[in-house]
Amino acid sequence: MISIKNLHASIEDKEILKGIDLEVKAGEVHAIMGPNGSGKSTLASVLAGREDYEITEGSVTFENEDLLELSPEERAQKGIFLAFQYPVEIPGVSTTNFLKTAINQVREARGQKALDAVHFLKLMKEKMKLVDIDQALLSRSLNEGFSGGEKKRNEIFQMAMLEPKLAVLDETDSGLDIDALKIVADGVNTLKTKDTATIVVTHYQRLLEYIVPDYVHVLYQGRIVKSGDKSLAFELEEKGYDWIKEEVAAI
Amino acid sequence: MSTDEQILEEFTSKEYEHGWSVDFEADEAPLGINDDIIRFISAKKEEPEWLLEWRLKAFKQWQKMTEPNWANVKYPKVDYQSIRYYSAPKQDKKPKSLDEVDPELLKTFERLGISLQEQKRLTGVAVDAVIDSVSVATTFKEKLSELGVIFCSFSEAVHEHPELIKKYLGSVVPANDNYFAALNSAVFSDGSFCYIPKGVRCPMELSTYFRINAANTGQFERTLIVAEDDSYVSYLEGCTAPQRDENQLHAAVVEIYAAKNAEVKYSTVQNWYPGDKNGKGGIYNFVTKRGICAGDHSKISWTQVETGSAVTWKYPSCILKGDNSIGEFYSVAVTNNHQQADTGTKMIHLGKNTRSRIVSKGISAGKSQNSYRGQVEIMKRAENARNFSQCDSLLMGDKCGAHTFPYIDIKNKSAQVEHEATTSKIGEDQIFYCQQRGIDEETAVALIVGGFAKEVMNKLPMEFAVEARKLLALTLEGSVG
Repeated sequence: MISIKNLHASIEDKEILKGIDLEVKAGEVHAIMGPNGSGKSTLASVLAGREDYEITEGSVTFENEDLLELSPEERAQKGIFLAFQYPVEIPGVSTTNFLKTAINQVREARGQKALDAVHFLKLMKEKMKLVDIDQALLSRSLNEGFSGGEKKRNEIFQMAMLEPKLAVLDETDSGLDIDALKIVADGVNTLKTKDTATIVVTHYQRLLEYIVPDYVHVLYQGRIVKSGDKSLAFELEEKGYDWIKEEVAAI
Repeated sequence: MSTDEQILEEFTSKEYEHGWSVDFEADEAPLGINDDIIRFISAKKEEPEWLLEWRLKAFKQWQKMTEPNWANVKYPKVDYQSIRYYSAPKQDKKPKSLDEVDPELLKTFERLGISLQEQKRLTGVAVDAVIDSVSVATTFKEKLSELGVIFCSFSEAVHEHPELIKKYLGSVVPANDNYFAALNSAVFSDGSFCYIPKGVRCPMELSTYFRINAANTGQFERTLIVAEDDSYVSYLEGCTAPQRDENQLHAAVVEIYAAKNAEVKYSTVQNWYPGDKNGKGGIYNFVTKRGICAGDHSKISWTQVETGSAVTWKYPSCILKGDNSIGEFYSVAVTNNHQQADTGTKMIHLGKNTRSRIVSKGISAGKSQNSYRGQVEIMKRAENARNFSQCDSLLMGDKCGAHTFPYIDIKNKSAQVEHEATTSKIGEDQIFYCQQRGIDEETAVALIVGGFAKEVMNKLPMEFAVEARKLLALTLEGSVG
């Protein structure tokens, strides 16, 4: 589904990603772990098309298309979804209104007819049940005054509504208590199909107890320095990141 | 179709949409202003002697006044002798119905999206359309007259209802009130008159469309609204002007009189040509709008969405004379490129238990300057007066400016006055967030700005709100990135 080759990215002339290689197929869940400042969130942002970053080398192919040529909205329209670490507040715009605009623009880009109010509401109802979110929250200004848990749950609800092919969850577990974490993870698991893929970016192993990855990659100093199956996550939880750092230093 | 979709659909054209002009055979006054020009205008309109005298007196006063320069706007001095003060579309006889109206004129309305036919049939809005200062078609008059509501052009009112005009003209905005009001009083060409008799709730929104057509024509319309005891009216005013390189002057006066228990809601969507990207051309919009809550428990509410004009100087105000009367001002002012706006309101509390509420949302983009100027005055006799003011500014980019000048003057200790102000910037984070959900940048800006202005937009009558949201989006096109 997505193929990342030798990806280098800088911000203000500082190189953050120094040659990432990653291959994600449909139906797979990949976890990207690593210590703070290793470039995890940068990778998520680069995939979503954030313009602050300059791609200096490498390629990203999504469904046989050069992803790096596409604008952020085109990437979204083609099925890439980023659940933000810090969801942004938009005062005066309800989640409902926001999503209606988003969905219809995505549909338009795909040559589909816009959803009318009736079908949109039907879809909303269906997805609300799926991620167990309250109607009242969706009528409020997007993310404004939301608790950490409400923000993250709202991200997952948006994901449910937009039905992406590739979901990138950027530190979705940060700031969540265990109950909220479970709800978010349940949502992600429910939405997972054999045709979709998920990249979970996280510092801690605990989210991976609920969203079980097929592959775990350790990102350190802008490179993937170790890959393995879910047991790697447990190992990291137990031993921390220092042994990885030492291994890298030894090379 | 939802509002959002409509905005989206019409989101593609970058140029000023209403930038075209239609050739009518104009019936014009020579350039400049003097006693003779005023006599010419008055004669053209077959006015009674007293009105001519009133005009001439205003002109005399205007000559002694100097153009105000306290507003936070800069523009080259207006040469008042190079303006044409009267220009009427030529018509052989007055039309009795729409069928008799010049088809070119009707086309003009259609391009503006206000086909009278459509409006008549679909929305039930009575439109008194003013092109280049003379009313050409008035609809629904008969239906309104059954209720005793008078809604007609100002010129017609002068002939048909002289006693009302004589009584109320200049009663809220005296001819010598300020420089531009005095100029208007001397040369006003037409406008609208609206009278709601005692106890009548006007069953439809009354709407006037203004449009400046001929080049070098100043438009000086006058609107007078009188609401008698226990009456209600909602009045809409929309403005557009064709695109021209030279600056055109627009100096209107609006007067509202609300008697006991009367309520007047006045909504404006102003979209005068703002000039091009380099600040060339555009309308100077120097307008005096004022209402008086003369009777107890009366209410006047101003709602404005200002997206146009090169320079705006405008402060819709309320004089709260009656006890328990209420004044409201809801405003969204958008400036882009080189536009300058100095706008706000005055709330003058004279009566007991009077209340006023001010909600101002300023949006600045490009190299524009957007100022809120408000005055809240609590007079000695105004026991327990209350005011709440909220001024929010939204900045787009780092070359524009937002300014707030709130003046508060309290002469009664029982007053409660609150003022809140915020300034924020449209963040790249907000735009990126929208884009990541598949929303393009222009739509994202429209969405964010719409959210910011929501509280005011919600005060607009439905059919106006749609247009206003479209205008907001169009005005801000291309202003990010």
